[in-house]
Amino acid sequence: MAAQEKKSILTALFSYRESAIFLALIILMATVTIFAPNFMSGSNLYLVSRQISFVAVVAFGELFVILTGGIDLSVGSVMGLSGVVAAGAMAAGQSVILSVLLGLATGILLGLINGLLISYVRIAPFIVTLGMLSFARGVILIVTKGWPITNIPKPFLIVGQGDFLSLPIPLWVMIVLAAIAHFLLSKTAFGRRTYAIGGNEQATFLSGINVKKIKVFLYMISGLMASVVGIILIARFNSAQADTGTGWELDAIAAAVIGGTSLSGGSGSIFGVIIGAAIMGVIRNGLVLMRVSPYWQTAVIGIIIVLAAVLDRIKNK
Amino acid sequence: MSEPLLALKHISKSFPGVKALDNIDFSIQKGEVVGLLGENGAGKSTLMKIISGVYTPDSGDIFWQDKKIKLKSIMDAQEKGIAIIFQELNNCPNLSALENLFLGHEIRTSANLIDFRAMKKRAKEIFSYLGVQIPLEKPVGKLSVALQQMIEIGKALLADAKLIIMDEPTSSLTDKEVQKLFQIVKELKEHGIAVIFISHKLEEVFIITDRIVVLRDGKHVGELKTSEATQDELVALMVGREMHSFFSERTKEASDEIILKIENFSGPPYIRGVSFQLRKGEILGLAGLIGAGRTELALLMIGAEQKTSGHMILHGKEIDVRSPWQAIQHGIAYLSEDRKMKSLILQMPVRANITMAIHNAVKGAFGTLDRKKELEVTNSFIRLLDIKTSGPEQIVNNLSGGNQQKVVLAKWLATKPSILILDEPTRGIDVHAKAEVHKIITDLADRGTSIILISSELPEIVALSDRVVVMHEGQVKSILEKNDISQENIMSTVFSA
Repeated sequence: MAAQEKKSILTALFSYRESAIFLALIILMATVTIFAPNFMSGSNLYLVSRQISFVAVVAFGELFVILTGGIDLSVGSVMGLSGVVAAGAMAAGQSVILSVLLGLATGILLGLINGLLISYVRIAPFIVTLGMLSFARGVILIVTKGWPITNIPKPFLIVGQGDFLSLPIPLWVMIVLAAIAHFLLSKTAFGRRTYAIGGNEQATFLSGINVKKIKVFLYMISGLMASVVGIILIARFNSAQADTGTGWELDAIAAAVIGGTSLSGGSGSIFGVIIGAAIMGVIRNGLVLMRVSPYWQTAVIGIIIVLAAVLDRIKNK
Repeated sequence: MSEPLLALKHISKSFPGVKALDNIDFSIQKGEVVGLLGENGAGKSTLMKIISGVYTPDSGDIFWQDKKIKLKSIMDAQEKGIAIIFQELNNCPNLSALENLFLGHEIRTSANLIDFRAMKKRAKEIFSYLGVQIPLEKPVGKLSVALQQMIEIGKALLADAKLIIMDEPTSSLTDKEVQKLFQIVKELKEHGIAVIFISHKLEEVFIITDRIVVLRDGKHVGELKTSEATQDELVALMVGREMHSFFSERTKEASDEIILKIENFSGPPYIRGVSFQLRKGEILGLAGLIGAGRTELALLMIGAEQKTSGHMILHGKEIDVRSPWQAIQHGIAYLSEDRKMKSLILQMPVRANITMAIHNAVKGAFGTLDRKKELEVTNSFIRLLDIKTSGPEQIVNNLSGGNQQKVVLAKWLATKPSILILDEPTRGIDVHAKAEVHKIITDLADRGTSIILISSELPEIVALSDRVVVMHEGQVKSILEKNDISQENIMSTVFSA
């Protein structure tokens, strides 16, 4: 019995859809190292991992939503507005703790609005979050008039710039959030229901599960994750910028898709999302190190996204 | 006998791990109707997919009008004049009947635009030939399954088909619609079109076919002239052994204790003033045509749709059920009529599907699901219902239809319901699995569960029910007591004005 169980764990490990993209990441890192040996230097890895952490955390939230077949286009603007709220509170002399909580509350509130409109008014997630993308960005511009908010308290900057056990703090934040998110998705009834909604929403509803309520929670989680990154970024840049987060929704969705998440819902994992974010981060960094024009980065990322989907299709055939 | 229209010789086809077809011979004449019987997994679908060009055989030859041919694709087969109408109809529900009929074969004007006028004329010709009236402008998704099927048949005629394969065409038709379909099949036959008719319903095969071919485990196990075949003989061929009683016997009678009263239920889309009572340990049949409102009534009862008026009295107390969750809490379970679309999460394992409605009962600390408890429940149901699966972690999509249905049954039995609403519990499952599901239903009733059985198969309703509620157009037409239950009585009630 024990032997059988061991075997099944082994086969499970190797049959994970993540294993293929994990391999792709390793090969990618090896290739980049060959052409740009300084990729593997401690200081470069430090920078890359920090950048990856930001995208990954936003993508965690995106994953929750995509698992049910939804989408959250507003994460970039939610990031930005949460950062502006937190920075504004700090600049106005509020305590760091209260300011951070206000920032997080902003993300949760915007997610709640998204979720309520999607679940109870039954508007398509694409439309609702597209509206929120524009609305939240507009509020940022109204409030800041396009100017950065500075005067961030010095002690708070450590969250974005400091490190712990020689790893950047944002990486630790990502690790902790990844652990929590993975636990939620793989061990709890809430996680099971999330996957179930993506697999078959109607069957889930008829099984007595409150699909609407769960969806609202999922959009709140997405908003929360985005606000975490938005707040860390003000510590990273020592200011809140009006354009922070612009275009991040696409990176978050790309990380999820490259990591094997199905946009039609029902399959995907936190581990996959981390690898997806890492693949994008390594490619961007590698191209810079190889002195390829930055204009190429965007094009290459585009190719990778589609390639990931193509590989997934071939593998599932 | 004239030359066969289509002849297959020594056809074999394997998939990884299974020999789906083993040295099959099959032929059909012009204007002949051949019934193809076999349990799920017997190889019927594989054989039909070979004939319609979806699969190519590993070995063996195909002859079309005595010429050896190769069918490399569905297009290939269509060109020859072979059309297949799948059980799950392939149409575009948002397009109109007319657009669906001509999809891919639109008639063009000289400016290469779609010539709606010419198409309409041709469509009218075809449907009047079939003797059906179809609203050409309506989106197909809004038409009944029966009419959608007629459109498929129309499509086959448009393509000048000489052989039409119908895969379980009657599985979601009402009796009246089945009669209409049979008329059309006869019509096709008279015009020299050959039909292969696949069905799980023996009565129908007896009525409509000239010859019956039985497959079992990928082998051709028997071929009979319909006029000489008996039901017992066919069932024996299909299952490989004699099955004495088709339906299980009740060992206990329903008690007189009334556990549920439905009073004056009305609600969307067209349920009006429905009242009936349900006794403890009773099997209450709910009969009627498709569209009679049986499924809709069930959805109101479990709060999946909201009733506009009416009362529900459970154990003498009025309850207000506003969601499926509340229904489960009151001990009311509903097995939906659509296994794949509304019951199962196909890519999840047996375990997750069976525990889907009882997360509270298998909870561990911190909102987790306790895997051990889940496996306990799952394994007990795998044994109890004899679910054929490699184990609790098998993905449900890999199970046969009958076993999938048992997983759905297990999901609802796990909620320990006192009232179980079964909506078409044996649709699309093979003879053997059907008998097993019937046994489960009667056992449950014997042990005191009250069952509302919705079924379009009258023999099933007649054999299993203690009483039958006959519905028509959203209303109760009449309630038949045990001694009055017969197919004739039910049908005459439905059709009495």
